[in-house]
Amino acid sequence: MQSRYWRTAPEPVHATPPFSSASLPSPALMAPPSPPPGTVLFMHLALLFLLAAAAAASAAALEEEFTEELLLRPLPDRKALAHFYFRSSAPPAASVGRHHHLFPKAISQLVKKYHISELELSFTQGRWNYEQWGGFDPMSTSNAKPPGVELWAVFDLPLSEIDATWKNLTHTLSGLFCASINFLESSTSFSAPRWGFKSNEGNLRYGALPREAVCTENLTPWLKLLPCRDKAGIASLLYRPSIYKGYYHSQKLKLRSSQSLGIILDQTLTVVLQPNTINGKQLHSSHRQLQPSWSMRHLFNRKLSGKCLVSKSSRIFIEVDKGIVDKINKSGSDLSWNNEFFVLSNGPDRLTKDLNNLEVQSSSIYEYDVSNCSEEKPFDVGITWKLPLIWSCTPSPFHVSRFLMGSGNERGSIALSFTSTNLHKKIFGSPNDCSIKAIIFQIVPWYVKVYYHSLEIFIDGNRKAVSDVVDKIHVTPSEDKLLPGTLEMLLRFPCSMRSATLALDFDKGFLHIDEYPPDANQGFDIPSALISFPEFNSARNFPETDPLLGSPLLENFQEDTVVKSYTEVLLVPLTTPDFSMPYNVITFTCTVLALYFGSLLNALRRRISEEETELKKTATRHGLLPLLLAKLRGQKVDPTESGSSSESTGSKKLLFKVVFVAAAAVLFHYFSNS
Amino acid sequence: MAIRYYWPMVAAAVGFRLVLVLFGGDLHLASRPEVSTPLTSLRRLAEGYWLKQASMSPYSGSMYHGSPLLLSVLGPLTSNRSGSKHAHVYCSLIFVAVDFLAAMLIRSTGRRLQMSRNRSLKSLDLTKAVNNSANVSAGDIASLIYLWNPWAIVTCVGSCTSPIENLMVVIMVYGACSCLAPLAAFGYVMATHLSLYPAILIVPVILLLGYGPDAPPTKVFLVKSSSDSKSDMSEYDKRTSLKLQRFSWMTVLHFIFWLIIWSCYVLLLSSMILKKVGGLNEMFEKTYGFILTVKDLSPNIGVLWYFFAEVFDFFRSFFLIVFNMNILFMVLPLAIRLKHRPCFLAFVYTAIVAMLKSYPSAGDSALYLGLLGLFANELAEMQFTFFLFFGYIGVSLLSPVMHNLWIWRGTGNANFYFATGLAYTCLQTVLVVESVGSMIKHDRKLRLLVTS
Repeated sequence: MQSRYWRTAPEPVHATPPFSSASLPSPALMAPPSPPPGTVLFMHLALLFLLAAAAAASAAALEEEFTEELLLRPLPDRKALAHFYFRSSAPPAASVGRHHHLFPKAISQLVKKYHISELELSFTQGRWNYEQWGGFDPMSTSNAKPPGVELWAVFDLPLSEIDATWKNLTHTLSGLFCASINFLESSTSFSAPRWGFKSNEGNLRYGALPREAVCTENLTPWLKLLPCRDKAGIASLLYRPSIYKGYYHSQKLKLRSSQSLGIILDQTLTVVLQPNTINGKQLHSSHRQLQPSWSMRHLFNRKLSGKCLVSKSSRIFIEVDKGIVDKINKSGSDLSWNNEFFVLSNGPDRLTKDLNNLEVQSSSIYEYDVSNCSEEKPFDVGITWKLPLIWSCTPSPFHVSRFLMGSGNERGSIALSFTSTNLHKKIFGSPNDCSIKAIIFQIVPWYVKVYYHSLEIFIDGNRKAVSDVVDKIHVTPSEDKLLPGTLEMLLRFPCSMRSATLALDFDKGFLHIDEYPPDANQGFDIPSALISFPEFNSARNFPETDPLLGSPLLENFQEDTVVKSYTEVLLVPLTTPDFSMPYNVITFTCTVLALYFGSLLNALRRRISEEETELKKTATRHGLLPLLLAKLRGQKVDPTESGSSSESTGSKKLLFKVVFVAAAAVLFHYFSNS
Repeated sequence: MAIRYYWPMVAAAVGFRLVLVLFGGDLHLASRPEVSTPLTSLRRLAEGYWLKQASMSPYSGSMYHGSPLLLSVLGPLTSNRSGSKHAHVYCSLIFVAVDFLAAMLIRSTGRRLQMSRNRSLKSLDLTKAVNNSANVSAGDIASLIYLWNPWAIVTCVGSCTSPIENLMVVIMVYGACSCLAPLAAFGYVMATHLSLYPAILIVPVILLLGYGPDAPPTKVFLVKSSSDSKSDMSEYDKRTSLKLQRFSWMTVLHFIFWLIIWSCYVLLLSSMILKKVGGLNEMFEKTYGFILTVKDLSPNIGVLWYFFAEVFDFFRSFFLIVFNMNILFMVLPLAIRLKHRPCFLAFVYTAIVAMLKSYPSAGDSALYLGLLGLFANELAEMQFTFFLFFGYIGVSLLSPVMHNLWIWRGTGNANFYFATGLAYTCLQTVLVVESVGSMIKHDRKLRLLVTS
């Protein structure tokens, strides 16, 4: 595998001349209509120069590129975050045809076939801890994902074709990533949010599978999309036992495609790990509060020996939070890699400082280029703490949590609770008449039948009229066995608010026995709700970024993204019928109905007067059975008895009937078998 | 023989309902499976009204399955007002009034029946022979049964729309008994519009309008007149007067004319209400379609929910057809046998519908038990009344217990609750069969009395 990539690696370099030579025909085309007089020669030269420059620029963009990056960050609760970022990009399809050097062919085919303009697929295990690990930075807003699988895609297609394309897409992705994404095919599991998730013109589809387990079998196909897989470069750090040991694990694939950009594929893997402390003694010394010191080797149990050769750049960043930076600034020392509080194991190649809106430094990033390391000289970087330090990450404006209320299996309510973190006071100052917007996006499966009219809002414990708080609401009510319910709601909370609770009542549905999963008594999962705060932006601001050294990861950090957070997945237990009963239920019900039908018909048919005369008649007759018995015993039936002749003909008729039916049965049996 | 203290008892029944509505607090009856079904639940109506206010079709989603007319009448009353502890108090007051009105209509229907009964008995010279055993004012009894029936009370207080459906059926029967074709047509159209199943009541209504209220079979009159004619030729006039009791086509045509007018009117109103959202097609699909295809499998006091929750998918449509046809199967035999007693026929149809409908509730039973009171004199010799009475009590006590064990405590399972549903269906079967049987016996007794 590796050798193939080594061979293909130089190709992009050779590929440049044909593209630059493509600029030659255009001046030739320009030449014939205007014979060059001396006055316009300068203009022509300028034109030629411009064209050449444009061609060079386009040639640069037309190359397939691959970059690999890793960001490490100490977290306040003695853990460490590792964020792998791989970007592959392919130029617009028209210029290169169907051949790819670096870009995964499966993805480009997928994009072309389903006309995807944007797609994001994430596999997550564990829950992002918004309180401890931050809720206001690009990491939490774009890389914290709900547990299980989340998939959304924007299609570049007419609205009528989107649902069918989505279904095909789920099957393709399910094959590509060895996951049950195909469960999103059913119309009961995906929805088309209009503005609650991401504003769109109805061409976005969103689906989530909260119960999907994430495992190495999902990681392997994901790594397969990288040119060096995990054989070389930063991806070689992905030692399975150490990354699946973590508290949070989220692998994500994000695709963007357009006519001008081509296809950009971002693959990220975010893990939160508990570092093994380098020297155990330090932990037991007097510095009990000392953060665990760690290095890459200790986090991943792997050494980094060289970059993936086809990658354009290969870098490792260590980010230090705003909390730490503030502490360092307060203590008066400068923010070098070896300061009063911590020391990095080797000096960074570059230090990038992030300035927030108020031009106050909020975090700093130490950058290492790993292009130069090799097998003999493996790269390792770590952080060693000198002094105990307690800091906290910037939280999102509200901590949001969601829970179920009520007991029993008949009904209940979903509650969303918001607790203010007073972030707005730091950002906006503290005007009391301001308000904070929050958008709720929530999908509920159809068997949770939500009564949207029962929405109740409590602010600081007092009930508020819905119209006072809800600015805009869009509901797609759930349809039994057809559509999930979608709730999009724009709320406006007063700044002075400390806590708010929203409650919605629901009835639990009753399913057909075939619709229950094998572990029916475990309950059903309601996917996470997404809360976004459109007035808050988590974009980083790196003032002195050199465009030539531009790193996709830092670019991504600078993108405008609103602050959002996902809530917990809810587990709703549903009543189960008795799964062993179908035959019994069918027979009992049919018996009762037959009883009704038969006895009523009997009551109607009966004519008691006739029956009485019949009874009188039969009283004078011998029954058939005594007659037969008498014959069997060899007793002579009294021939003088009246009506005996009619009796004998009657019994003959009966006998004939019995024989006829038996013969018919035998014949039927014979013919049906043959 | 009038009942003593009739009006105080009526007043007490209404007062009891009012006390429960106004001071009972939230009894959580609205979500009881015995009381409200997906079709009649007022909570679902409130959701439908909310959706309509949000300029969506009230039928979008699978919440509301009722009529758009109810939506526009009751909808505004359900909107949540802050401060009121029991949100649906205004609706409940309407339901109390509706129940009272239904009881009064049942009473006057009973009086009509009583009058026609006395007249026919008189013409048969049987007044003494029959009235010795029992002659109570059936209308009073029936209305009191309807008012004091615990199920009717629970239905009325428990915020569901079945009192209105019941009222429409009662209006239809009353209109037909008193030969008011427009009223009967109105009741018929509304009842059918609200819950579909009363559609089969067209047979008794036409018979009622055609032949007049219940009477002994014509054969009895023929026997009587022939025996009379043997003894006394001067009775000829009476015979002709009896012969005159033939089918009056004019009233029936009048009824059909009004039927068409009312149906057009109801459809027009519905389409106006649903003009911007959905339309009539969606309405039919979401109301009648929902009733006929048993889409909601939430437990109720019937048996079909569990049947369709368990039955194999490829048999589903077959059994849907069978169960829906089961209601229709008995229409014709009953009509042939009981054509001389159309009011009783209406009762039997109501009972069968209440037993076999896809989402039965206690309100349906309250209706047919009320109507049963109308035939107190004829059915005085009914068998198994003791068994039936305590069977009903037993089921109505056991069913909530089993539901609680299964749904709330999780200690029982669905089969226990289903068993009470089965028992209840059996009881209703016995009631229907026995009442039909004893009515036929009663007719035979009349004939025997005439011939002897």
